[in-house]
Amino acid sequence: LIYCYRKPKTKRAKRFLEKREPKLNENTKNAMLIKGGNANLTVTEVLKDIYAVKKPFAVLYKRKNITRPFEDQTSLEFFSKKSDCSLFLFGSHNKKRPNNLIIGRMFDYHVLDMIELGVEKFVALKDIKNSKCPEGTKPMLIFAGDMFDVNEEYRRLKSLLIDFFRGPTVPNIRLAGLEYVLHFTAADGKIYMRSYKVLLKKSGCKIPRIELEEMGPSLDLVMRRTHLASDDLYKLSLKQPKGLKPKKKKNISHDVFGTTYGRIHMQKQDLSKLQTRKMKGLKKRPAEKSAQDGGAAPKKSKSA
Amino acid sequence: LVAQLPEPTFRLPREKPPPKPRPPTRWEQFARLKGIRRKKKTSLVWDEQAKEWRRRWGYRRAGGDPSRAWLAEVPAGADPEEDQFARLRREKRERVARNELNRLRNLARAHRAGSAVPAAPLHPTGHQDRDELRRVARVARVSTASLGRFQPRLPKESAEPPSRSGGKKRRFEPLLGNLAAERSRQLELLRDMGSKKPVLDITRAVNKQLRQEEAEAAAANKGKKQSKRGKRGRRQQRPGRSSKKSGARRPKPQQPKTAGGGSGGGRRKK
Repeated sequence: LIYCYRKPKTKRAKRFLEKREPKLNENTKNAMLIKGGNANLTVTEVLKDIYAVKKPFAVLYKRKNITRPFEDQTSLEFFSKKSDCSLFLFGSHNKKRPNNLIIGRMFDYHVLDMIELGVEKFVALKDIKNSKCPEGTKPMLIFAGDMFDVNEEYRRLKSLLIDFFRGPTVPNIRLAGLEYVLHFTAADGKIYMRSYKVLLKKSGCKIPRIELEEMGPSLDLVMRRTHLASDDLYKLSLKQPKGLKPKKKKNISHDVFGTTYGRIHMQKQDLSKLQTRKMKGLKKRPAEKSAQDGGAAPKKSKSA
Repeated sequence: LVAQLPEPTFRLPREKPPPKPRPPTRWEQFARLKGIRRKKKTSLVWDEQAKEWRRRWGYRRAGGDPSRAWLAEVPAGADPEEDQFARLRREKRERVARNELNRLRNLARAHRAGSAVPAAPLHPTGHQDRDELRRVARVARVSTASLGRFQPRLPKESAEPPSRSGGKKRRFEPLLGNLAAERSRQLELLRDMGSKKPVLDITRAVNKQLRQEEAEAAAANKGKKQSKRGKRGRRQQRPGRSSKKSGARRPKPQQPKTAGGGSGGGRRKK
């Protein structure tokens, strides 16, 4: 383990290593888009379009890599380790599986899930002639179809697609920047992916009228083989460290309805001496005060 | 116009496993024991000679560059012929080497604590540290017939730690425990004793043995180098094989021992 005993000699190297080590709050997942040995034009175009959607959190490999992900995963794991990418999209084409896309993710640089999808119809970004949204826009993801909840493979596919297209996690978002929608429908054995640009038009009230305009790549996919992680490995990957749980503030509790309650601890009060409102007539006269204080110098009463 | 997003509810798998806290180093353990706390040091120190604030160590440190020291006092009880500059240089080199060695040792300890090496090598290699040797000595002491109870301890070894089984070699169930289980066990025993069919299926056992030997012969013919492993494999496979031979799998401790012993003895005679 060279990285253990060789310390980095420059600050830049140290920053590089710190970026790659396991952390409490992780970085945004990077995706690597790889072409197989026999990738055809369709598959290459798909990879280029997905790269345009996922920029800057994606790496597009130019050269063809002759590997078979379902048989041998070592080459993928090597790439993932070198480029620090935990998502991958591998495109290939042969007679038995035409226009093949293998979408997958890694856990600890080992393959976690892999799902093979066949592209039946593909409309590229440049084929639809209208304005596109800027790169790096965080998309909104919509999943339609009850297959995504019922079928186990479809559920994993949904989780994979969310992971893939999510982009960085942000606590706040600018409402005008919500421009991109990715819509996935699961119907009669196929998965339809469509992308829309959101146009906010003027409407009478404060909330603008929303119009969806088709833009971007649209794919018709068919699920082929899958290589899903075993349940315990999946559970292990889902495990969040304890440090991520929000720190419980003492004396603050929340209601079902969203009301926040607080508790204040007071000392024992003498309720007979409690005064609720300021009433000028009840103000202590200097004579009374001196009698109480036991001979302390009486203050001069302020003249109104 | 900015909206605040709610907490994410959909759980997605992580990229890498959560970071494990690294185990404390030898100094950190000692400091915790003694209650020594870190003193915050200022980054700049006043240099009286240069009359300015210089850094504590590094480029242009307070107190001048130690490699350019032009004066080296001969200490009280030292050899007058010795080269003091060479001594200072040598001592610096030794300090650096010791620091590096300790750092690597701490790293190795942290790494080993993470991976938990299961089987320590029982032969002395010369590269074992104190903990490994202690472990090995314990294994050696316990590998006697009385599990190390009457073994004299080594001169610097600690007193006897509490043994896990309480000193007993065999563990028995309580006298009046599960009456139903005891009854079923006794009835099963009677049934097996009275049955006409033998517990051990001789033909199956012999076939299995023949197949195993054929496989080993094939493996031995494949690679002459692997012959050693075949012998070792055969030796290791013995207890596994005998447990498979006993027909009915019984969860109680007494049965497999006698059945295994019986079948093993029977096979050996054949």
